[in-house]
Amino acid sequence: MSIFTKRSQEEVPPAPRPAAAPPSNPIEPKKEATPLSSMPFKTPEPPESTQRGQASIGKAVKINGQIYSKEDLYVDGDVEGTIELQEHRLTIGPNGKVHSSVKAREVVVLGNIQGNVDASDKLEIRKDARLVGDIKTARIIIEDGAYFKGSIDIVKPEPAKSNMAAQSRPQQAVPAAAASNAQGSAVAAEVKR
Amino acid sequence: MSSPGPSGPAAVHPSSTTLFSKEIVTSRASRGLEQFFFCHRGEVGLSILDLAGASQENINFITNLGHRLYSEDFVRTLDDIFGDEDPGDPARIEHFLRQTLSFEPGQFDGVLVWDVLQYLSPALLTATLERLRSIVRPQSYLLAYFHSDEKAQQVPFYSFRIKDQQHILLSQRGLRKPAQIFNNRSLEKLFQKFESVKFFLTREQLREVIVRR
Repeated sequence: MSIFTKRSQEEVPPAPRPAAAPPSNPIEPKKEATPLSSMPFKTPEPPESTQRGQASIGKAVKINGQIYSKEDLYVDGDVEGTIELQEHRLTIGPNGKVHSSVKAREVVVLGNIQGNVDASDKLEIRKDARLVGDIKTARIIIEDGAYFKGSIDIVKPEPAKSNMAAQSRPQQAVPAAAASNAQGSAVAAEVKR
Repeated sequence: MSSPGPSGPAAVHPSSTTLFSKEIVTSRASRGLEQFFFCHRGEVGLSILDLAGASQENINFITNLGHRLYSEDFVRTLDDIFGDEDPGDPARIEHFLRQTLSFEPGQFDGVLVWDVLQYLSPALLTATLERLRSIVRPQSYLLAYFHSDEKAQQVPFYSFRIKDQQHILLSQRGLRKPAQIFNNRSLEKLFQKFESVKFFLTREQLREVIVRR
Protein backbone atom coordinates (compact mmCIF):
# COMPACT_ATOMS: atom_id res chain seq x y z
CA MET A 1 0.00 0.00 0.00
CA SER A 2 1.32 3.29 -1.13
CA ILE A 3 1.25 6.06 1.36
CA PHE A 4 1.15 8.51 -1.42
CA THR A 5 -2.21 9.62 -2.39
CA LYS A 6 -2.78 9.02 -5.94
CA ARG A 7 -3.32 12.39 -7.41
CA SER A 8 -6.37 12.92 -9.30
CA GLN A 9 -5.71 13.43 -12.86
CA GLU A 10 -8.00 16.40 -12.64
CA GLU A 11 -5.87 18.11 -10.13
CA VAL A 12 -3.50 20.43 -11.81
CA PRO A 13 -0.84 21.86 -9.72
CA PRO A 14 -0.94 25.66 -9.81
CA ALA A 15 1.62 27.17 -12.08
CA PRO A 16 4.43 28.62 -10.15
CA ARG A 17 4.09 32.40 -9.83
CA PRO A 18 6.77 34.28 -11.65
CA ALA A 19 9.16 36.03 -9.39
CA ALA A 20 8.26 39.71 -8.89
CA ALA A 21 10.47 42.10 -10.80
CA PRO A 22 12.82 43.87 -8.55
CA PRO A 23 11.81 47.50 -7.93
CA SER A 24 13.74 49.97 -10.10
CA ASN A 25 16.12 52.20 -8.32
CA PRO A 26 14.77 55.74 -8.80
CA ILE A 27 18.10 57.20 -7.99
CA GLU A 28 19.92 55.41 -10.78
CA PRO A 29 20.42 57.85 -13.69
CA LYS A 30 19.14 56.91 -17.12
CA LYS A 31 21.69 56.58 -19.80
CA GLU A 32 20.95 59.01 -22.63
CA ALA A 33 21.54 57.82 -26.16
CA THR A 34 21.68 61.33 -27.62
CA PRO A 35 22.71 64.53 -25.92
CA LEU A 36 19.90 66.94 -25.15
CA SER A 37 20.02 70.68 -25.31
CA SER A 38 20.29 72.46 -22.05
CA MET A 39 17.35 74.69 -23.00
CA PRO A 40 13.99 73.35 -21.93
CA PHE A 41 12.17 71.89 -24.90
CA LYS A 42 8.99 73.78 -25.77
CA THR A 43 6.73 73.09 -28.69
CA PRO A 44 6.49 76.38 -30.58
CA GLU A 45 2.94 77.57 -30.92
CA PRO A 46 2.00 78.18 -34.51
CA PRO A 47 1.28 81.79 -35.34
CA GLU A 48 -2.33 82.75 -35.17
CA SER A 49 -2.59 82.93 -38.95
CA THR A 50 -1.62 79.28 -39.41
CA GLN A 51 -3.91 78.23 -36.61
CA ARG A 52 -6.73 79.46 -38.87
CA GLY A 53 -5.33 77.61 -41.87
CA GLN A 54 -3.54 80.56 -43.49
CA ALA A 55 0.07 80.54 -44.63
CA SER A 56 2.10 83.70 -44.22
CA ILE A 57 5.05 85.36 -45.94
CA GLY A 58 6.65 87.91 -43.63
CA LYS A 59 7.82 91.37 -44.59
CA ALA A 60 11.49 90.42 -44.54
CA VAL A 61 10.96 87.61 -47.04
CA LYS A 62 11.56 87.94 -50.75
CA ILE A 63 10.42 85.24 -53.15
CA ASN A 64 11.20 85.03 -56.82
CA GLY A 65 9.20 82.27 -58.48
CA GLN A 66 5.81 80.61 -58.57
CA ILE A 67 3.63 80.18 -55.53
CA TYR A 68 0.79 77.67 -55.44
CA SER A 69 -1.27 77.38 -52.30
CA LYS A 70 -4.14 75.17 -51.21
CA GLU A 71 -4.90 77.36 -48.22
CA ASP A 72 -5.35 81.06 -47.55
CA LEU A 73 -2.15 83.08 -47.94
CA TYR A 74 -1.01 86.34 -46.36
CA VAL A 75 1.85 88.10 -48.14
CA ASP A 76 3.63 90.94 -46.41
CA GLY A 77 6.97 90.54 -48.19
CA ASP A 78 8.20 90.81 -51.78
CA VAL A 79 7.02 88.37 -54.39
CA GLU A 80 8.02 88.32 -58.01
CA GLY A 81 6.52 85.66 -60.26
CA THR A 82 3.02 84.19 -60.03
CA ILE A 83 0.70 83.50 -57.13
CA GLU A 84 -2.12 81.03 -57.51
CA LEU A 85 -4.70 80.02 -54.91
CA GLN A 86 -7.62 78.58 -56.78
CA GLU A 87 -10.22 78.30 -54.02
CA HIS A 88 -8.68 80.43 -51.31
CA ARG A 89 -8.06 83.95 -50.19
CA LEU A 90 -4.93 85.99 -50.83
CA THR A 91 -4.21 89.00 -48.64
CA ILE A 92 -1.45 91.43 -49.55
CA GLY A 93 -0.42 93.09 -46.32
CA PRO A 94 0.48 96.76 -45.98
CA ASN A 95 4.19 95.97 -46.53
CA GLY A 96 3.52 93.52 -49.32
CA LYS A 97 4.97 94.23 -52.75
CA VAL A 98 3.84 91.80 -55.40
CA HIS A 99 5.15 91.98 -58.96
CA SER A 100 3.27 89.11 -60.38
CA SER A 101 0.04 87.85 -61.80
CA VAL A 102 -2.38 86.76 -59.13
CA LYS A 103 -5.16 84.21 -59.25
CA ALA A 104 -7.38 83.41 -56.26
CA ARG A 105 -10.96 83.08 -55.14
CA GLU A 106 -10.71 86.28 -53.16
CA VAL A 107 -8.01 88.96 -53.06
CA VAL A 108 -7.61 91.69 -50.45
CA VAL A 109 -5.00 94.35 -51.15
CA LEU A 110 -3.59 96.56 -48.44
CA GLY A 111 -0.15 96.92 -50.06
CA ASN A 112 1.11 96.98 -53.60
CA ILE A 113 0.36 94.79 -56.61
CA GLN A 114 1.82 95.29 -60.03
CA GLY A 115 0.32 92.64 -62.24
CA ASN A 116 -2.97 91.25 -63.44
CA VAL A 117 -5.45 90.00 -60.87
CA ASP A 118 -8.00 87.25 -61.42
CA ALA A 119 -10.27 86.98 -58.37
CA SER A 120 -13.12 84.64 -59.16
CA ASP A 121 -15.30 85.84 -56.25
CA LYS A 122 -14.16 89.21 -54.93
CA LEU A 123 -11.41 91.81 -54.99
CA GLU A 124 -10.95 94.45 -52.31
CA ILE A 125 -8.56 97.35 -52.71
CA ARG A 126 -8.21 99.10 -49.41
CA LYS A 127 -7.33 102.70 -48.68
CA ASP A 128 -3.62 103.42 -49.30
CA ALA A 129 -3.28 100.29 -51.42
CA ARG A 130 -1.98 100.40 -54.95
CA LEU A 131 -2.86 98.12 -57.84
CA VAL A 132 -1.56 98.52 -61.35
CA GLY A 133 -2.79 95.89 -63.76
CA ASP A 134 -5.88 94.42 -65.33
CA ILE A 135 -8.60 93.01 -63.11
CA LYS A 136 -11.01 90.18 -63.73
CA THR A 137 -13.48 89.51 -60.93
CA ALA A 138 -17.11 88.99 -60.01
CA ARG A 139 -17.15 91.81 -57.47
CA ILE A 140 -14.84 94.68 -56.66
CA ILE A 141 -14.67 96.96 -53.65
CA ILE A 142 -12.37 99.96 -53.83
CA GLU A 143 -12.01 102.34 -50.93
CA ASP A 144 -11.47 106.08 -51.24
CA GLY A 145 -7.76 106.73 -51.18
CA ALA A 146 -6.86 103.55 -53.03
CA TYR A 147 -4.96 103.85 -56.30
CA PHE A 148 -5.88 101.73 -59.28
CA LYS A 149 -4.70 101.90 -62.85
CA GLY A 150 -5.85 99.38 -65.41
CA SER A 151 -8.94 97.72 -66.79
CA ILE A 152 -11.81 96.08 -64.96
CA ASP A 153 -13.77 93.14 -66.33
CA ILE A 154 -16.68 91.99 -64.20
CA VAL A 155 -17.30 88.30 -64.75
CA LYS A 156 -20.30 86.95 -62.86
CA PRO A 157 -20.31 83.23 -62.09
CA GLU A 158 -22.93 81.21 -63.93
CA PRO A 159 -25.84 80.07 -61.74
CA ALA A 160 -25.93 76.34 -60.90
CA LYS A 161 -27.77 74.50 -63.66
CA SER A 162 -29.26 71.91 -61.30
CA ASN A 163 -30.94 74.60 -59.20
CA MET A 164 -32.33 76.27 -62.24
CA ALA A 165 -33.71 72.95 -63.54
CA ALA A 166 -35.33 72.10 -60.18
CA GLN A 167 -36.96 75.49 -59.95
CA SER A 168 -38.27 75.36 -63.49
CA ARG A 169 -40.04 71.99 -63.12
CA PRO A 170 -42.95 73.10 -60.89
CA GLN A 171 -43.46 76.13 -63.08
CA GLN A 172 -43.57 73.95 -66.18
CA ALA A 173 -45.98 71.55 -64.45
CA VAL A 174 -48.61 74.21 -63.63
CA PRO A 175 -49.99 74.73 -67.14
CA ALA A 176 -50.40 70.94 -67.52
CA ALA A 177 -52.75 70.68 -64.52
CA ALA A 178 -55.83 70.78 -66.72
CA ALA A 179 -54.77 67.69 -68.67
CA SER A 180 -56.07 64.11 -68.28
CA ASN A 181 -55.88 62.12 -65.05
CA ALA A 182 -52.86 60.21 -66.19
CA GLN A 183 -51.10 63.39 -66.94
CA GLY A 184 -52.45 64.93 -63.73
CA SER A 185 -50.87 62.21 -61.64
CA ALA A 186 -47.61 62.80 -63.44
CA VAL A 187 -47.93 66.51 -62.79
CA ALA A 188 -48.69 65.87 -59.13
CA ALA A 189 -45.56 63.76 -58.87
CA GLU A 190 -43.53 66.55 -60.39
CA VAL A 191 -45.03 69.17 -58.10
CA LYS A 192 -44.19 67.06 -55.07
CA ARG A 193 -40.60 67.24 -56.02
CA MET B 1 -9.17 115.57 -44.57
CA SER B 2 -9.58 113.17 -47.47
CA SER B 3 -6.44 112.93 -49.56
CA PRO B 4 -6.89 112.36 -53.27
CA GLY B 5 -4.55 109.40 -53.36
CA PRO B 6 -2.59 106.85 -51.35
CA SER B 7 0.74 107.35 -49.64
CA GLY B 8 3.95 107.30 -51.67
CA PRO B 9 4.37 109.84 -54.47
CA ALA B 10 2.26 112.90 -53.78
CA ALA B 11 -1.15 112.54 -55.31
CA VAL B 12 -1.57 116.29 -55.65
CA HIS B 13 1.34 118.69 -55.87
CA PRO B 14 1.13 121.16 -53.00
CA SER B 15 1.77 124.16 -55.20
CA SER B 16 -1.02 123.27 -57.60
CA THR B 17 -3.94 122.65 -55.34
CA THR B 18 -5.16 124.12 -52.12
CA LEU B 19 -6.95 121.41 -50.24
CA PHE B 20 -9.89 122.07 -48.02
CA SER B 21 -10.19 120.43 -44.67
CA LYS B 22 -13.55 118.97 -45.65
CA GLU B 23 -14.81 117.53 -48.89
CA ILE B 24 -18.03 119.12 -50.03
CA VAL B 25 -20.20 116.71 -51.97
CA THR B 26 -23.09 117.81 -54.14
CA SER B 27 -25.33 115.89 -56.45
CA ARG B 28 -26.53 117.55 -59.60
CA ALA B 29 -27.94 116.81 -62.98
CA SER B 30 -25.54 116.56 -65.90
CA ARG B 31 -26.89 116.94 -69.39
CA GLY B 32 -23.50 116.06 -70.76
CA LEU B 33 -23.41 112.76 -68.89
CA GLU B 34 -26.94 111.98 -69.95
CA GLN B 35 -26.02 112.67 -73.56
CA PHE B 36 -22.86 110.60 -73.33
CA PHE B 37 -24.71 107.47 -72.20
CA PHE B 38 -27.66 108.18 -74.47
CA CYS B 39 -25.25 107.99 -77.39
CA HIS B 40 -24.19 104.53 -76.20
CA ARG B 41 -27.66 103.26 -75.38
CA GLY B 42 -28.36 99.65 -76.18
CA GLU B 43 -24.73 98.76 -76.51
CA VAL B 44 -22.82 96.41 -74.22
CA GLY B 45 -19.23 95.35 -74.00
CA LEU B 46 -17.85 98.82 -74.77
CA SER B 47 -14.46 99.96 -73.54
CA ILE B 48 -14.77 103.19 -71.57
CA LEU B 49 -11.77 105.16 -70.36
CA ASP B 50 -12.25 107.16 -67.15
CA LEU B 51 -9.58 109.79 -66.48
CA ALA B 52 -10.84 110.66 -62.99
CA GLY B 53 -9.19 107.72 -61.28
CA ALA B 54 -10.96 104.69 -59.89
CA SER B 55 -14.02 105.18 -57.74
CA GLN B 56 -16.56 102.64 -56.54
CA GLU B 57 -19.45 104.58 -58.04
CA ASN B 58 -17.98 104.84 -61.51
CA ILE B 59 -16.85 101.22 -61.50
CA ASN B 60 -20.29 100.02 -60.42
CA PHE B 61 -22.17 102.17 -62.90
CA ILE B 62 -20.13 101.40 -65.97
CA THR B 63 -19.62 97.69 -65.31
CA ASN B 64 -23.32 97.26 -64.48
CA LEU B 65 -24.03 98.52 -67.98
CA GLY B 66 -21.93 95.59 -69.20
CA HIS B 67 -18.93 97.64 -70.27
CA ARG B 68 -15.26 97.29 -69.54
CA LEU B 69 -13.78 100.18 -67.63
CA TYR B 70 -10.22 101.47 -67.89
CA SER B 71 -9.21 103.72 -65.05
CA GLU B 72 -6.48 106.35 -65.09
CA ASP B 73 -5.85 108.99 -62.42
CA PHE B 74 -4.80 111.64 -64.91
CA VAL B 75 -4.31 114.63 -62.60
CA ARG B 76 -2.41 112.60 -60.03
CA THR B 77 0.04 111.40 -62.67
CA LEU B 78 0.27 114.95 -64.02
CA ASP B 79 1.42 116.18 -60.63
CA ASP B 80 3.76 113.24 -60.12
CA ILE B 81 5.54 113.77 -63.45
CA PHE B 82 5.49 117.53 -63.84
CA GLY B 83 5.26 118.98 -60.35
CA ASP B 84 7.12 122.29 -60.61
CA GLU B 85 8.95 121.27 -63.80
CA ASP B 86 8.58 122.94 -67.17
CA PRO B 87 5.17 121.82 -68.46
CA GLY B 88 6.32 122.33 -72.04
CA ASP B 89 9.30 119.97 -71.90
CA PRO B 90 8.72 117.60 -74.87
CA ALA B 91 10.52 114.67 -73.23
CA ARG B 92 8.43 114.99 -70.13
CA ILE B 93 5.26 115.33 -72.20
CA GLU B 94 6.08 112.12 -74.07
CA HIS B 95 6.84 110.35 -70.80
CA PHE B 96 3.54 111.55 -69.36
CA LEU B 97 1.56 110.30 -72.34
CA ARG B 98 3.32 106.94 -72.18
CA GLN B 99 2.31 106.65 -68.54
CA THR B 100 -1.32 107.69 -68.99
CA LEU B 101 -2.57 107.16 -72.54
CA SER B 102 -0.48 104.34 -73.93
CA PHE B 103 -3.21 102.38 -75.71
CA GLU B 104 -3.89 100.87 -79.09
CA PRO B 105 -5.43 103.10 -81.80
CA GLY B 106 -9.23 103.00 -81.67
CA GLN B 107 -9.23 100.99 -78.46
CA PHE B 108 -11.93 102.98 -76.71
CA ASP B 109 -15.60 103.51 -77.40
CA GLY B 110 -15.88 106.47 -75.07
CA VAL B 111 -13.79 108.62 -72.76
CA LEU B 112 -14.86 110.38 -69.58
CA VAL B 113 -12.36 113.22 -69.63
CA TRP B 114 -14.09 115.27 -66.88
CA ASP B 115 -12.20 118.52 -66.18
CA VAL B 116 -8.58 117.37 -66.59
CA LEU B 117 -7.89 119.19 -69.85
CA GLN B 118 -8.10 122.64 -68.29
CA TYR B 119 -5.09 121.87 -66.07
CA LEU B 120 -2.80 121.09 -69.00
CA SER B 121 -0.33 123.60 -70.43
CA PRO B 122 -0.88 124.45 -74.11
CA ALA B 123 1.84 122.11 -75.42
CA LEU B 124 0.69 119.24 -73.21
CA LEU B 125 -2.95 119.90 -74.07
CA THR B 126 -2.28 119.71 -77.80
CA ALA B 127 -0.34 116.47 -77.43
CA THR B 128 -3.00 114.98 -75.15
CA LEU B 129 -5.84 115.76 -77.53
CA GLU B 130 -3.90 114.25 -80.38
CA ARG B 131 -3.38 111.08 -78.35
CA LEU B 132 -7.02 110.95 -77.25
CA ARG B 133 -8.12 111.30 -80.83
CA SER B 134 -6.00 108.35 -81.83
CA ILE B 135 -7.09 105.97 -79.07
CA VAL B 136 -10.86 106.42 -79.52
CA ARG B 137 -12.61 104.79 -82.43
CA PRO B 138 -14.36 106.99 -85.01
CA GLN B 139 -17.93 108.00 -84.12
CA SER B 140 -17.24 107.60 -80.40
CA TYR B 141 -17.72 110.30 -77.79
CA LEU B 142 -15.74 112.17 -75.19
CA LEU B 143 -17.26 114.02 -72.23
CA ALA B 144 -15.25 116.97 -70.92
CA TYR B 145 -15.96 119.72 -68.39
CA PHE B 146 -14.47 123.22 -68.38
CA HIS B 147 -14.88 126.03 -65.91
CA SER B 148 -16.42 129.02 -67.60
CA ASP B 149 -15.39 131.86 -65.26
CA GLU B 150 -12.70 133.54 -67.35
CA LYS B 151 -11.62 135.77 -64.50
CA ALA B 152 -10.99 133.00 -61.98
CA GLN B 153 -7.43 132.61 -60.77
CA GLN B 154 -8.31 129.35 -59.11
CA VAL B 155 -11.24 127.03 -59.75
CA PRO B 156 -12.88 124.34 -57.64
CA PHE B 157 -11.03 121.06 -57.97
CA TYR B 158 -13.63 118.34 -58.22
CA SER B 159 -13.76 114.59 -58.20
CA PHE B 160 -16.55 113.36 -60.44
CA ARG B 161 -18.57 110.30 -59.60
CA ILE B 162 -21.51 108.95 -61.50
CA LYS B 163 -24.67 108.66 -59.46
CA ASP B 164 -26.90 107.56 -62.31
CA GLN B 165 -27.32 108.19 -65.99
CA GLN B 166 -28.42 111.79 -65.45
CA HIS B 167 -26.65 112.80 -62.24
CA ILE B 168 -23.14 113.17 -60.96
CA LEU B 169 -21.69 113.58 -57.50
CA LEU B 170 -19.31 116.49 -57.32
CA SER B 171 -16.83 116.26 -54.51
CA GLN B 172 -14.89 119.48 -54.16
CA ARG B 173 -11.46 118.76 -52.81
CA GLY B 174 -10.06 122.26 -52.93
CA LEU B 175 -8.99 124.90 -55.40
CA ARG B 176 -6.60 124.55 -58.29
CA LYS B 177 -5.10 126.95 -60.77
CA PRO B 178 -6.19 126.10 -64.30
CA ALA B 179 -3.64 126.36 -67.10
CA GLN B 180 -6.24 128.01 -69.32
CA ILE B 181 -9.86 129.12 -69.17
CA PHE B 182 -11.91 128.45 -72.31
CA ASN B 183 -14.96 130.04 -73.85
CA ASN B 184 -17.14 128.44 -76.51
CA ARG B 185 -15.07 129.77 -79.38
CA SER B 186 -11.78 128.58 -77.93
CA LEU B 187 -13.32 125.20 -77.26
CA GLU B 188 -14.47 124.89 -80.84
CA LYS B 189 -10.96 125.67 -81.93
CA LEU B 190 -9.56 123.22 -79.41
CA PHE B 191 -11.60 120.34 -80.82
CA GLN B 192 -11.39 121.38 -84.46
CA LYS B 193 -9.92 118.04 -85.50
CA PHE B 194 -12.93 116.21 -84.09
CA GLU B 195 -16.16 115.72 -85.97
CA SER B 196 -18.48 117.77 -83.74
CA VAL B 197 -18.74 119.61 -80.44
CA LYS B 198 -21.86 120.15 -78.38
CA PHE B 199 -22.05 122.46 -75.33
CA PHE B 200 -24.18 122.45 -72.20
CA LEU B 201 -23.80 125.34 -69.78
CA THR B 202 -24.67 124.36 -66.25
CA ARG B 203 -24.52 125.56 -62.68
CA GLU B 204 -21.23 125.89 -60.80
CA GLN B 205 -20.00 127.71 -63.95
CA LEU B 206 -19.12 124.40 -65.50
CA ARG B 207 -19.37 124.02 -69.24
CA GLU B 208 -20.10 120.46 -70.31
CA VAL B 209 -18.87 119.42 -73.70
CA ILE B 210 -19.71 116.34 -75.75
CA VAL B 211 -17.15 115.78 -78.47
CA ARG B 212 -17.62 113.30 -81.27
CA ARG B 213 -14.54 111.73 -82.78
